Amino acid sequence: MKRIYMDHGATTPMREEVLEAMLPYLKEIHGNPSSFHSFGREARKGMDEAREKVARALGASSPEEIYFTSSGTESDNLAVKGIARALSSRGNHIITSSIEHHAVLDTVKHLGEEGFEVTFLPVDEYGMVDPKDLEAALTDRTILASIMMANNEVGTIQPVEEMARICHEKEVYFHTDAVQAIGHLPVNLEKQPFDLLSLSAHKFYGPKGIGALYVRKGTKIKQILFGGGQERKLRPSTENIPAIVGLGRAIELAVENIPEKSAALTALRDRLFKGLQEEIEDIRVNGHPTQRLPGNVNISVAYVEGESILLSLDLKGIAISSGSACTSGALDPSHVLMAMGLDHQTAHGSLRFSLGKENSEEEVDYVIESLKEIVERLRKMSSVYKK
Amino acid sequence: MYNEIVMDHFQNPRNIGEMTEPSGVGEVGNMKCGDIMKIFIKVEDGVIEDINFLTFGCGAAIASSSVLTEMVKGKTLEEALAITNKQVADELGGLPEAKMHCSNLAADALHKAIEDYRQKQTA
Repeated sequence: MKRIYMDHGATTPMREEVLEAMLPYLKEIHGNPSSFHSFGREARKGMDEAREKVARALGASSPEEIYFTSSGTESDNLAVKGIARALSSRGNHIITSSIEHHAVLDTVKHLGEEGFEVTFLPVDEYGMVDPKDLEAALTDRTILASIMMANNEVGTIQPVEEMARICHEKEVYFHTDAVQAIGHLPVNLEKQPFDLLSLSAHKFYGPKGIGALYVRKGTKIKQILFGGGQERKLRPSTENIPAIVGLGRAIELAVENIPEKSAALTALRDRLFKGLQEEIEDIRVNGHPTQRLPGNVNISVAYVEGESILLSLDLKGIAISSGSACTSGALDPSHVLMAMGLDHQTAHGSLRFSLGKENSEEEVDYVIESLKEIVERLRKMSSVYKK
Repeated sequence: MYNEIVMDHFQNPRNIGEMTEPSGVGEVGNMKCGDIMKIFIKVEDGVIEDINFLTFGCGAAIASSSVLTEMVKGKTLEEALAITNKQVADELGGLPEAKMHCSNLAADALHKAIEDYRQKQTA
Protein backbone atom coordinates (compact mmCIF):
# COMPACT_ATOMS: atom_id res chain seq x y z
CA MET A 1 0.00 0.00 0.00
CA LYS A 2 1.22 3.49 -0.85
CA ARG A 3 1.60 5.51 2.32
CA ILE A 4 1.07 9.26 2.59
CA TYR A 5 2.63 11.21 5.44
CA MET A 6 0.88 14.46 6.36
CA ASP A 7 1.94 14.70 10.00
CA HIS A 8 5.03 16.90 9.73
CA GLY A 9 3.89 18.86 12.78
CA ALA A 10 4.52 15.69 14.79
CA THR A 11 7.89 14.97 13.22
CA THR A 12 9.63 15.00 9.84
CA PRO A 13 11.70 12.40 8.01
CA MET A 14 15.44 13.10 8.27
CA ARG A 15 17.10 14.43 5.13
CA GLU A 16 19.78 12.40 3.41
CA GLU A 17 22.24 15.33 3.65
CA VAL A 18 21.72 15.41 7.42
CA LEU A 19 22.43 11.71 7.77
CA GLU A 20 25.58 12.11 5.64
CA ALA A 21 26.81 14.88 7.92
CA MET A 22 26.14 12.79 11.03
CA LEU A 23 27.68 9.49 9.91
CA PRO A 24 31.36 10.27 10.67
CA TYR A 25 30.32 11.25 14.21
CA LEU A 26 28.41 7.99 14.66
CA LYS A 27 31.42 6.00 13.44
CA GLU A 28 35.03 7.08 13.69
CA ILE A 29 34.74 10.43 15.51
CA HIS A 30 33.75 9.24 18.95
CA GLY A 31 35.59 11.56 21.33
CA ASN A 32 34.12 13.54 24.20
CA PRO A 33 34.35 17.24 23.30
CA SER A 34 35.39 18.04 26.88
CA SER A 35 38.52 15.88 26.52
CA PHE A 36 41.91 17.50 26.08
CA HIS A 37 43.29 15.02 23.50
CA SER A 38 42.92 14.87 19.72
CA PHE A 39 39.82 12.64 19.94
CA GLY A 40 38.12 15.26 22.05
CA ARG A 41 39.27 18.09 19.82
CA GLU A 42 37.86 16.60 16.64
CA ALA A 43 34.48 16.08 18.33
CA ARG A 44 34.56 19.66 19.63
CA LYS A 45 35.32 20.94 16.13
CA GLY A 46 32.13 19.28 14.82
CA MET A 47 30.14 20.76 17.69
CA ASP A 48 31.59 24.25 17.27
CA GLU A 49 30.81 24.24 13.56
CA ALA A 50 27.24 23.15 14.25
CA ARG A 51 26.83 25.93 16.83
CA GLU A 52 28.05 28.46 14.27
CA LYS A 53 25.54 27.15 11.74
CA VAL A 54 22.66 27.49 14.19
CA ALA A 55 23.77 31.01 15.15
CA ARG A 56 24.04 32.01 11.48
CA ALA A 57 20.64 30.50 10.61
CA LEU A 58 18.98 32.51 13.39
CA GLY A 59 20.93 35.72 12.89
CA ALA A 60 22.35 35.45 16.42
CA SER A 61 25.23 37.81 17.17
CA SER A 62 27.47 35.01 18.45
CA PRO A 63 27.57 31.18 18.59
CA GLU A 64 27.87 31.60 22.35
CA GLU A 65 24.20 32.47 22.42
CA ILE A 66 23.28 28.92 21.32
CA TYR A 67 22.86 26.16 23.92
CA PHE A 68 22.22 22.59 22.82
CA THR A 69 19.55 20.61 24.69
CA SER A 70 17.84 17.26 24.19
CA SER A 71 14.59 18.63 22.76
CA GLY A 72 12.20 21.50 22.24
CA THR A 73 10.59 20.49 25.52
CA GLU A 74 13.87 20.77 27.40
CA SER A 75 14.61 24.14 25.78
CA ASP A 76 11.21 25.43 26.90
CA ASN A 77 11.72 24.09 30.43
CA LEU A 78 15.18 25.64 30.63
CA ALA A 79 13.96 29.00 29.32
CA VAL A 80 10.99 29.33 31.65
CA LYS A 81 12.43 27.75 34.79
CA GLY A 82 15.90 29.16 34.20
CA ILE A 83 14.59 32.72 34.04
CA ALA A 84 12.26 32.16 37.00
CA ARG A 85 15.18 30.85 39.09
CA ALA A 86 17.45 33.72 38.09
CA LEU A 87 14.97 36.53 38.67
CA SER A 88 12.84 35.30 41.57
CA SER A 89 14.25 38.03 43.81
CA ARG A 90 13.15 40.69 41.33
CA GLY A 91 9.64 39.43 40.61
CA ASN A 92 7.36 36.43 40.66
CA HIS A 93 4.94 36.95 37.77
CA ILE A 94 5.08 34.98 34.51
CA ILE A 95 2.84 35.50 31.48
CA THR A 96 2.09 32.94 28.80
CA SER A 97 -0.81 32.09 26.50
CA SER A 98 -3.53 29.49 26.84
CA ILE A 99 -2.50 27.80 23.56
CA GLU A 100 1.16 27.09 24.29
CA HIS A 101 2.63 23.63 23.88
CA HIS A 102 2.47 21.70 27.16
CA ALA A 103 6.25 22.06 27.47
CA VAL A 104 5.66 25.74 28.30
CA LEU A 105 2.12 25.53 29.68
CA ASP A 106 2.84 22.82 32.24
CA THR A 107 6.19 24.34 33.24
CA VAL A 108 4.44 27.62 33.97
CA LYS A 109 1.67 25.78 35.86
CA HIS A 110 4.32 23.98 37.88
CA LEU A 111 5.91 27.32 38.82
CA GLY A 112 2.43 28.49 39.76
CA GLU A 113 2.22 25.61 42.23
CA GLU A 114 5.57 26.72 43.65
CA GLY A 115 4.15 30.14 44.37
CA PHE A 116 4.78 32.14 41.19
CA GLU A 117 1.90 34.23 39.93
CA VAL A 118 0.93 33.15 36.44
CA THR A 119 -1.26 34.67 33.75
CA PHE A 120 -2.59 32.68 30.80
CA LEU A 121 -3.57 35.08 28.04
CA PRO A 122 -6.72 34.22 26.08
CA VAL A 123 -6.88 33.89 22.29
CA ASP A 124 -9.51 34.94 19.78
CA GLU A 125 -11.54 32.53 17.61
CA TYR A 126 -8.55 32.20 15.24
CA GLY A 127 -6.14 31.25 18.02
CA MET A 128 -4.42 34.65 18.05
CA VAL A 129 -3.06 36.34 21.18
CA ASP A 130 -3.82 40.08 21.38
CA PRO A 131 -0.69 42.12 22.26
CA LYS A 132 -2.97 44.52 24.15
CA ASP A 133 -3.86 41.71 26.54
CA LEU A 134 -0.18 41.11 27.15
CA GLU A 135 0.41 44.80 27.78
CA ALA A 136 -2.48 44.91 30.25
CA ALA A 137 -1.20 41.84 32.09
CA LEU A 138 2.29 43.24 32.75
CA THR A 139 2.95 44.31 36.32
CA ASP A 140 6.07 45.56 38.07
CA ARG A 141 6.50 41.98 39.32
CA THR A 142 6.52 40.43 35.83
CA ILE A 143 9.81 38.78 34.89
CA LEU A 144 9.00 36.77 31.76
CA ALA A 145 6.48 36.38 28.96
CA SER A 146 6.54 33.25 26.82
CA ILE A 147 4.47 33.18 23.64
CA MET A 148 4.93 30.70 20.80
CA MET A 149 5.88 31.91 17.32
CA ALA A 150 3.33 29.67 15.62
CA ASN A 151 0.88 27.22 17.13
CA ASN A 152 1.48 23.52 16.57
CA GLU A 153 -2.18 22.52 16.21
CA VAL A 154 -3.87 25.27 14.23
CA GLY A 155 -0.76 26.96 12.81
CA THR A 156 -1.72 30.48 13.87
CA ILE A 157 1.28 32.83 13.63
CA GLN A 158 1.47 35.08 16.68
CA PRO A 159 2.49 38.76 16.68
CA VAL A 160 5.60 37.87 18.71
CA GLU A 161 7.80 40.78 17.62
CA GLU A 162 5.26 43.31 18.79
CA MET A 163 4.82 41.43 22.06
CA ALA A 164 8.58 41.25 22.60
CA ARG A 165 8.82 45.04 22.18
CA ILE A 166 5.99 45.60 24.65
CA CYS A 167 7.85 43.43 27.17
CA HIS A 168 11.13 45.24 26.64
CA GLU A 169 9.55 48.61 27.40
CA LYS A 170 8.89 47.19 30.87
CA GLU A 171 12.24 45.38 31.04
CA VAL A 172 10.56 42.00 30.96
CA TYR A 173 12.23 39.07 29.19
CA PHE A 174 10.48 37.55 26.17
CA HIS A 175 10.79 33.87 25.22
CA THR A 176 9.32 32.37 22.07
CA ASP A 177 8.83 28.68 21.34
CA ALA A 178 9.75 28.56 17.64
CA VAL A 179 9.64 24.76 17.37
CA GLN A 180 6.98 24.75 14.63
CA ALA A 181 8.25 27.88 12.91
CA ILE A 182 11.87 27.13 11.99
CA GLY A 183 12.19 26.53 8.26
CA HIS A 184 8.75 28.02 7.60
CA LEU A 185 9.01 31.56 8.94
CA PRO A 186 12.11 33.71 8.58
CA VAL A 187 13.94 34.27 11.87
CA ASN A 188 16.50 37.01 12.26
CA LEU A 189 17.48 37.76 15.82
CA GLU A 190 19.44 40.83 14.77
CA LYS A 191 16.07 42.44 14.12
CA GLN A 192 13.67 40.37 16.19
CA PRO A 193 14.07 41.31 19.84
CA PHE A 194 13.58 37.91 21.46
CA ASP A 195 15.64 37.16 24.55
CA LEU A 196 15.15 33.42 24.32
CA LEU A 197 14.03 31.09 21.53
CA SER A 198 13.45 27.31 21.53
CA LEU A 199 13.86 25.00 18.55
CA SER A 200 13.90 21.27 17.85
CA ALA A 201 15.75 19.57 14.97
CA HIS A 202 13.27 16.82 14.14
CA LYS A 203 10.63 19.35 13.13
CA PHE A 204 12.79 20.52 10.22
CA TYR A 205 14.14 17.25 8.78
CA GLY A 206 16.85 16.83 11.41
CA PRO A 207 17.38 14.06 13.97
CA LYS A 208 15.18 13.44 17.00
CA GLY A 209 16.44 14.03 20.52
CA ILE A 210 18.24 17.30 19.89
CA GLY A 211 17.12 20.87 20.41
CA ALA A 212 18.62 24.24 21.14
CA LEU A 213 17.87 27.28 23.22
CA TYR A 214 18.97 30.70 22.04
CA VAL A 215 19.78 33.01 24.97
CA ARG A 216 20.61 36.59 24.09
CA LYS A 217 23.93 37.75 25.51
CA GLY A 218 23.49 39.33 28.94
CA THR A 219 20.22 37.53 29.74
CA LYS A 220 20.12 36.36 33.35
CA ILE A 221 19.33 32.66 33.43
CA LYS A 222 20.14 29.79 35.78
CA GLN A 223 20.76 26.14 35.07
CA ILE A 224 18.07 23.58 35.91
CA LEU A 225 20.29 20.51 35.54
CA PHE A 226 23.42 20.05 37.65
CA GLY A 227 26.57 18.23 36.71
CA GLY A 228 29.59 19.08 34.59
CA GLY A 229 30.50 22.35 32.95
CA GLN A 230 29.13 21.70 29.48
CA GLU A 231 27.29 24.41 27.52
CA ARG A 232 29.01 27.00 29.69
CA LYS A 233 27.41 25.37 32.75
CA LEU A 234 23.87 26.19 31.62
CA ARG A 235 23.17 22.67 30.42
CA PRO A 236 25.49 20.04 31.86
CA SER A 237 25.52 16.62 30.10
CA THR A 238 28.00 15.07 27.70
CA GLU A 239 26.98 16.50 24.36
CA ASN A 240 25.19 14.35 21.78
CA ILE A 241 27.69 15.14 19.05
CA PRO A 242 26.13 13.23 16.10
CA ALA A 243 22.74 14.83 16.79
CA ILE A 244 24.28 18.29 17.27
CA VAL A 245 26.05 17.96 13.91
CA GLY A 246 22.74 16.82 12.38
CA LEU A 247 20.94 19.82 13.87
CA GLY A 248 23.56 22.15 12.40
CA ARG A 249 23.21 20.70 8.91
CA ALA A 250 19.39 20.53 9.14
CA ILE A 251 18.94 24.17 10.15
CA GLU A 252 21.38 25.31 7.47
CA LEU A 253 19.17 23.60 4.88
CA ALA A 254 15.91 24.63 6.56
CA VAL A 255 16.55 28.36 6.28
CA GLU A 256 17.54 28.22 2.58
CA ASN A 257 14.94 29.66 0.20
CA ILE A 258 12.20 30.04 2.79
CA PRO A 259 10.01 32.28 0.57
CA GLU A 260 10.02 29.74 -2.31
CA LYS A 261 9.45 26.73 -0.07
CA SER A 262 6.76 28.54 1.85
CA ALA A 263 4.93 29.55 -1.34
CA ALA A 264 4.95 25.95 -2.61
CA LEU A 265 3.62 24.57 0.69
CA THR A 266 0.99 27.31 0.94
CA ALA A 267 -0.29 26.41 -2.53
CA LEU A 268 -0.55 22.76 -1.53
CA ARG A 269 -2.23 23.71 1.75
CA ASP A 270 -4.80 25.87 0.00
CA ARG A 271 -5.52 23.11 -2.53
CA LEU A 272 -6.28 20.79 0.39
CA PHE A 273 -8.48 23.37 2.15
CA LYS A 274 -10.38 24.15 -1.03
CA GLY A 275 -10.88 20.52 -1.98
CA LEU A 276 -12.10 19.54 1.47
CA GLN A 277 -14.55 22.43 1.60
CA GLU A 278 -15.89 21.66 -1.86
CA GLU A 279 -16.23 17.92 -1.37
CA ILE A 280 -17.40 17.57 2.23
CA GLU A 281 -20.40 19.30 3.78
CA ASP A 282 -20.35 20.78 7.26
CA ILE A 283 -16.68 21.23 7.84
CA ARG A 284 -15.14 24.16 9.66
CA VAL A 285 -11.70 25.69 9.22
CA ASN A 286 -9.85 26.02 12.54
CA GLY A 287 -7.20 28.71 12.86
CA HIS A 288 -6.48 31.91 11.01
CA PRO A 289 -7.34 32.18 7.29
CA THR A 290 -4.01 33.80 6.34
CA GLN A 291 -1.77 34.17 9.40
CA ARG A 292 -0.99 30.47 9.54
CA LEU A 293 1.93 28.14 8.94
CA PRO A 294 2.30 27.25 5.25
CA GLY A 295 1.80 23.50 5.74
CA ASN A 296 -0.97 23.57 8.36
CA VAL A 297 -4.54 22.53 7.60
CA ASN A 298 -6.86 22.14 10.58
CA ILE A 299 -10.56 21.40 10.13
CA SER A 300 -13.43 20.07 12.18
CA VAL A 301 -15.76 17.56 10.59
CA ALA A 302 -19.23 17.82 12.09
CA TYR A 303 -21.05 14.71 13.42
CA VAL A 304 -18.00 12.42 13.54
CA GLU A 305 -15.24 11.88 16.06
CA GLY A 306 -11.59 12.46 15.15
CA GLU A 307 -10.07 9.17 16.21
CA SER A 308 -12.49 7.16 14.07
CA ILE A 309 -11.45 9.28 11.07
CA LEU A 310 -7.74 8.89 11.89
CA LEU A 311 -8.15 5.14 12.16
CA SER A 312 -9.97 4.99 8.82
CA LEU A 313 -7.36 7.16 7.09
CA ASP A 314 -4.58 5.03 8.58
CA LEU A 315 -6.17 1.95 7.00
CA LYS A 316 -5.73 3.76 3.67
CA GLY A 317 -2.12 4.56 4.49
CA ILE A 318 -2.73 8.23 5.29
CA ALA A 319 -1.08 9.66 8.42
CA ILE A 320 -2.52 12.79 10.08
CA SER A 321 -3.44 13.77 13.65
CA SER A 322 -6.45 15.00 15.61
CA GLY A 323 -7.35 17.22 18.54
CA SER A 324 -9.80 14.62 19.78
CA ALA A 325 -9.37 13.48 23.40
CA CYS A 326 -9.09 9.88 22.23
CA THR A 327 -5.93 10.47 20.26
CA SER A 328 -4.01 12.28 22.97
CA GLY A 329 -4.59 9.86 25.83
CA ALA A 330 -6.29 12.70 27.67
CA LEU A 331 -9.92 12.92 28.69
CA ASP A 332 -10.51 16.34 27.22
CA PRO A 333 -10.09 17.47 23.65
CA SER A 334 -7.30 19.85 22.60
CA HIS A 335 -6.73 22.77 24.98
CA VAL A 336 -5.94 24.92 21.95
CA LEU A 337 -9.30 24.36 20.27
CA MET A 338 -11.15 24.79 23.56
CA ALA A 339 -9.29 28.09 24.20
CA MET A 340 -10.45 29.23 20.75
CA GLY A 341 -14.02 28.72 21.94
CA LEU A 342 -14.92 25.56 20.01
CA ASP A 343 -17.61 23.35 21.51
CA HIS A 344 -16.75 19.79 22.48
CA GLN A 345 -18.22 18.13 19.41
CA THR A 346 -16.32 20.42 17.06
CA ALA A 347 -13.08 19.87 18.96
CA HIS A 348 -13.56 16.08 19.02
CA GLY A 349 -14.06 16.14 15.26
CA SER A 350 -10.89 18.10 14.53
CA LEU A 351 -8.19 16.93 12.14
CA ARG A 352 -4.71 18.32 11.55
CA PHE A 353 -2.92 17.76 8.27
CA SER A 354 0.64 19.10 8.38
CA LEU A 355 2.20 19.08 4.94
CA GLY A 356 5.86 18.78 4.11
CA LYS A 357 8.21 19.07 1.19
CA GLU A 358 7.68 15.52 -0.07
CA ASN A 359 3.88 15.85 -0.41
CA SER A 360 2.41 16.29 -3.90
CA GLU A 361 -0.80 17.56 -5.49
CA GLU A 362 -1.70 13.94 -6.32
CA GLU A 363 -1.40 13.02 -2.66
CA VAL A 364 -3.56 15.97 -1.65
CA ASP A 365 -6.24 14.92 -4.14
CA TYR A 366 -6.14 11.32 -2.92
CA VAL A 367 -6.53 12.48 0.67
CA ILE A 368 -9.56 14.62 -0.21
CA GLU A 369 -11.20 11.72 -2.04
CA SER A 370 -10.44 9.27 0.78
CA LEU A 371 -11.67 11.57 3.52
CA LYS A 372 -14.90 12.19 1.65
CA GLU A 373 -15.68 8.44 1.55
CA ILE A 374 -14.72 7.96 5.20
CA VAL A 375 -16.84 10.85 6.45
CA GLU A 376 -19.87 9.58 4.51
CA ARG A 377 -19.42 6.13 6.02
CA LEU A 378 -18.97 7.37 9.58
CA ARG A 379 -21.84 9.83 9.38
CA LYS A 380 -24.17 6.97 8.41
CA MET A 381 -23.51 5.38 11.78
CA SER A 382 -23.33 8.60 13.81
CA SER A 383 -25.83 9.15 16.61
CA VAL A 384 -25.68 12.93 16.17
CA TYR A 385 -25.94 13.21 12.36
CA LYS A 386 -29.15 15.03 11.60
CA LYS A 387 -29.54 14.59 7.83
CA MET B 1 -3.48 -0.07 19.30
CA TYR B 2 -6.64 -2.11 18.56
CA ASN B 3 -6.74 -5.87 17.98
CA GLU B 4 -8.11 -7.59 14.86
CA ILE B 5 -11.59 -8.23 16.28
CA VAL B 6 -12.01 -4.56 17.18
CA MET B 7 -10.74 -3.48 13.76
CA ASP B 8 -13.13 -5.92 12.05
CA HIS B 9 -16.11 -4.44 13.91
CA PHE B 10 -14.87 -0.93 13.25
CA GLN B 11 -14.49 -1.54 9.53
CA ASN B 12 -17.57 -3.72 9.12
CA PRO B 13 -19.96 -2.63 11.84
CA ARG B 14 -23.02 -4.88 12.24
CA ASN B 15 -26.58 -3.59 12.55
CA ILE B 16 -26.10 0.12 12.02
CA GLY B 17 -28.87 2.61 11.42
CA GLU B 18 -31.97 4.05 12.97
CA MET B 19 -34.83 1.57 13.58
CA THR B 20 -38.38 2.35 12.48
CA GLU B 21 -40.82 1.82 15.33
CA PRO B 22 -38.40 0.45 17.95
CA SER B 23 -39.78 -1.10 21.15
CA GLY B 24 -37.18 0.81 23.16
CA VAL B 25 -34.34 3.29 22.69
CA GLY B 26 -31.38 3.91 25.00
CA GLU B 27 -28.78 6.65 24.74
CA VAL B 28 -25.65 7.08 26.85
CA GLY B 29 -22.47 9.16 26.82
CA ASN B 30 -21.86 12.85 26.50
CA MET B 31 -20.16 15.20 24.12
CA LYS B 32 -17.57 16.25 26.69
CA CYS B 33 -15.96 12.81 26.47
CA GLY B 34 -16.75 12.50 22.79
CA ASP B 35 -18.81 9.31 22.80
CA ILE B 36 -22.58 9.09 22.31
CA MET B 37 -24.22 5.71 21.73
CA LYS B 38 -27.80 5.05 20.81
CA ILE B 39 -29.28 1.53 20.88
CA PHE B 40 -32.65 0.60 19.33
CA ILE B 41 -34.35 -2.70 20.22
CA LYS B 42 -37.36 -4.57 18.89
CA VAL B 43 -38.85 -6.86 21.54
CA GLU B 44 -41.29 -9.70 20.91
CA ASP B 45 -42.49 -12.09 23.67
CA GLY B 46 -39.71 -10.98 26.00
CA VAL B 47 -37.02 -11.62 23.40
CA ILE B 48 -34.85 -9.06 21.60
CA GLU B 49 -35.71 -9.88 17.99
CA ASP B 50 -33.77 -7.02 16.44
CA ILE B 51 -31.22 -4.47 17.56
CA ASN B 52 -29.54 -1.51 15.83
CA PHE B 53 -27.10 1.16 16.88
CA LEU B 54 -25.86 4.64 16.02
CA THR B 55 -22.61 5.86 17.57
CA PHE B 56 -20.64 9.09 17.57
CA GLY B 57 -17.25 8.15 18.93
CA CYS B 58 -13.84 6.58 18.57
CA GLY B 59 -12.97 3.17 17.17
CA ALA B 60 -13.60 1.46 20.51
CA ALA B 61 -17.02 3.08 20.86
CA ILE B 62 -18.09 1.94 17.38
CA ALA B 63 -16.69 -1.58 17.77
CA SER B 64 -18.25 -2.13 21.21
CA SER B 65 -21.67 -0.99 19.92
CA SER B 66 -21.36 -3.31 16.95
CA VAL B 67 -20.29 -6.39 18.90
CA LEU B 68 -23.02 -5.80 21.48
CA THR B 69 -25.71 -6.01 18.80
CA GLU B 70 -24.38 -9.46 17.87
CA MET B 71 -24.25 -10.60 21.49
CA VAL B 72 -27.82 -9.53 22.20
CA LYS B 73 -29.88 -10.57 19.20
CA GLY B 74 -32.22 -13.44 20.16
CA LYS B 75 -31.57 -13.07 23.91
CA THR B 76 -34.35 -12.66 26.48
CA LEU B 77 -34.57 -9.30 28.27
CA GLU B 78 -33.24 -10.92 31.47
CA GLU B 79 -30.27 -12.36 29.63
CA ALA B 80 -29.63 -9.00 27.96
CA LEU B 81 -29.78 -7.14 31.26
CA ALA B 82 -27.07 -9.44 32.66
CA ILE B 83 -24.58 -8.34 29.96
CA THR B 84 -21.92 -5.97 31.33
CA ASN B 85 -19.59 -3.49 29.66
CA LYS B 86 -16.74 -5.75 30.73
CA GLN B 87 -18.26 -8.70 28.85
CA VAL B 88 -18.60 -6.54 25.74
CA ALA B 89 -14.90 -5.67 25.96
CA ASP B 90 -14.03 -9.35 26.48
CA GLU B 91 -16.07 -10.32 23.43
CA LEU B 92 -13.86 -7.90 21.47
CA GLY B 93 -10.76 -9.65 22.79
CA GLY B 94 -10.01 -6.68 25.04
CA LEU B 95 -9.76 -2.89 24.65
CA PRO B 96 -6.90 -0.52 25.49
CA GLU B 97 -7.01 0.47 29.17
CA ALA B 98 -7.69 4.14 28.37
CA LYS B 99 -10.84 3.15 26.48
CA MET B 100 -12.38 0.97 29.17
CA HIS B 101 -14.10 3.73 31.11
CA CYS B 102 -14.99 6.27 28.41
CA SER B 103 -15.81 4.38 25.24
CA ASN B 104 -17.04 1.04 26.54
CA LEU B 105 -20.65 1.99 27.26
CA ALA B 106 -22.66 -0.22 24.91
CA ALA B 107 -24.15 -2.41 27.66
CA ASP B 108 -25.28 0.72 29.53
CA ALA B 109 -27.07 1.91 26.37
CA LEU B 110 -28.72 -1.49 25.98
CA HIS B 111 -29.93 -1.47 29.59
CA LYS B 112 -31.41 1.97 29.04
CA ALA B 113 -33.21 0.74 25.92
CA ILE B 114 -34.71 -2.16 27.90
CA GLU B 115 -35.74 0.27 30.66
CA ASP B 116 -37.35 2.49 28.02
CA TYR B 117 -39.24 -0.51 26.60
CA ARG B 118 -40.50 -1.54 30.05
CA GLN B 119 -41.66 1.97 30.86
CA LYS B 120 -43.61 2.09 27.61
CA GLN B 121 -45.21 -1.28 28.49
CA THR B 122 -46.41 -0.06 31.88
CA ALA B 123 -47.50 3.38 30.64
